[in-house]
Amino acid sequence: MGAKRKKEDAPEMAEDADIDDGGSRDRRNRQKVEKKEEFRPSMIKNKEKRSAAHAKLKHQKKLEKRKTKKAREAADKQALELGEEPPQRSVPRTIENTREADETVCKPDDAELFVANDADEFSSILRRERAPKILITTCRFHSTRGPAFISELLSVIPNAHYYKRGTYDLKKIVEYATKEDFTTLIVVHTSRREPDALLVTSLPSGPTAHFKLSKLVLRKEIKNHGNPTGHVPELVLNNFTTRLGHRVGRMIQSLFPQNPDFRGRRVVTFHNQRDYIFFRHHRYIFETKESKQQDSKSKKGKDAEDKSTGQQVIARLQECGPRFVLKLKSLQHGTFDTRGGEYEWVHKPEMDTSRRRFFL
Amino acid sequence: MQHDEVIWQVIRHNHCSFMAKITAGNFCRNPYNVTGICNRSSCPLANSRYATIRDHDGVFYLYMKTIERAHKPNQLWERVKLPRNYEKALEIIDKHLMYWPKLLIHKIKQRLTKMTQMRIRMRKLALKTREKVVTLPRKEIKRDARRLEKAEKAAVLDKSIEKELVERLNKNVYGDIHNYPVKHFESLLDMEESQIDAQEEEEEEYDVEYLEGDYDELEEEDDIEDFGKLAMDFPEDPGDELDGDEMDAVGSREKKRSGSAHGKLGNDEAKKKKPRVLVEVEDEGAAGRRKATV
Repeated sequence: MGAKRKKEDAPEMAEDADIDDGGSRDRRNRQKVEKKEEFRPSMIKNKEKRSAAHAKLKHQKKLEKRKTKKAREAADKQALELGEEPPQRSVPRTIENTREADETVCKPDDAELFVANDADEFSSILRRERAPKILITTCRFHSTRGPAFISELLSVIPNAHYYKRGTYDLKKIVEYATKEDFTTLIVVHTSRREPDALLVTSLPSGPTAHFKLSKLVLRKEIKNHGNPTGHVPELVLNNFTTRLGHRVGRMIQSLFPQNPDFRGRRVVTFHNQRDYIFFRHHRYIFETKESKQQDSKSKKGKDAEDKSTGQQVIARLQECGPRFVLKLKSLQHGTFDTRGGEYEWVHKPEMDTSRRRFFL
Repeated sequence: MQHDEVIWQVIRHNHCSFMAKITAGNFCRNPYNVTGICNRSSCPLANSRYATIRDHDGVFYLYMKTIERAHKPNQLWERVKLPRNYEKALEIIDKHLMYWPKLLIHKIKQRLTKMTQMRIRMRKLALKTREKVVTLPRKEIKRDARRLEKAEKAAVLDKSIEKELVERLNKNVYGDIHNYPVKHFESLLDMEESQIDAQEEEEEEYDVEYLEGDYDELEEEDDIEDFGKLAMDFPEDPGDELDGDEMDAVGSREKKRSGSAHGKLGNDEAKKKKPRVLVEVEDEGAAGRRKATV
């Protein structure tokens, strides 16, 4: 280690001395410095020494972290006492912050997007020219939690009808539904006695989305659940950023009637986070709350609310209805046709290689 | 020289690589075997004169082997294509295997029957759509579950929903629905109920005077006792539901709000009552609202 340190120092000193020299020497010196930069414990071949070095490194990092935390707290406290703003905290790095730049992200002033929206299959429903009418059915073998889930879906989505599957072909079902003027067909697929996939087809000619369903929690399994009323719910669609996400969002939107009854105070949320769509169904109420004064007890030294005696409006939620997570597996352009269909987007395992890349 | 007996002894007692021993018996995996069982009479290796039926892409062929060609393994099996028609195929078999042992011919015909039945069934099934089970590698399933958990933690769902709702409230999407100052409302509630009733009656009488067109309804409305009943309806309701959920209590408050003399809303509600048959509509409305909040 001593030898390595000397080598590190030498080129640095040489660089300082030769700053005015020709470019080539600088480049060479820079390269030398870059090569010797990182010393990782994993470079040591001896296991005992390596584990000792690793533990030492971790301990050092822990001490540094503690030190910075204490310094930050002290600075905050001081600033509060002086009545100034506490120093700005740096923004923590999250996966959402470091998401890979996606060129298909919808921009708010994209004329092409609006044109596409007008021309797409959901526009007639979303412009209230047609009222949504949903046909829910299942796969051929349907058991255990499936029927309970379907009855809850029927209560969540207004104007939804359930038909038993029988042994009809899906294509025949699609024909039948178009004839009977349904706008969407939902097929709940069960595997190993649990609903595990959702196939949503927009009807006249619409795209077919195949979702994987997971983490289903039925209403009776939720503590303190509420019972939904018959009012038309409000929709909240969060975080559908890319073009594909936008399309999926509009598809979900076309399931619900476009005239929410705000008096019913029902909200249905589809929240997209990292390509997982979380479904929640709540009843809400607005309340005014006296916002907290600066809490002397709290160690963190929260940022003081500017309105220290002000009234803040908050919303309180009571969960009712099922809770589940959807993940888009494929989006097909026409109605269900696995053999001859044209797929707009298919999930392939090679898309999962980067942890910072999301498609919805 | 072909000694079938010797071959059979050797195969059977030592080792035959085509033989598969299962609990049900000994089976022969040789593709040229007629019955599929490991038998002295069914073994294609231990019989120098043998015949089978094999299927290639839905077409049946009759394969025959004779002792004359036993020394030319390349040209050992002679193949005849069988027609699609079951009866004609039987005739062809009879023609080719005319002087062969009866047992073998019988077994071959049985095999042909079985294979035609299978062919029909496979074709029928191919027309029907069947679900295909696609499996995911376990690694991906686990990875998926892990990422789901982390995404759920990252999406602080309750907070984000609440934030969105408050934003909508601030953008005035809800109009005037949720905008009532709670304290003023509660103080109104604490006032004596008779005061509220009196106010309501007065307002209703005034409104009745302005409406001229609905003479039928006016006749029904003339009864002040009816007014009294109506006015009494609302204050009674919260009494019933004091023990209900918070939501129910809020709901009942909303009903009371509509009944109380509070700003425009009270007037609007009062006006709504007038043009219709009062008694029925109010009850329905109250009942309906009750249903809505339960």
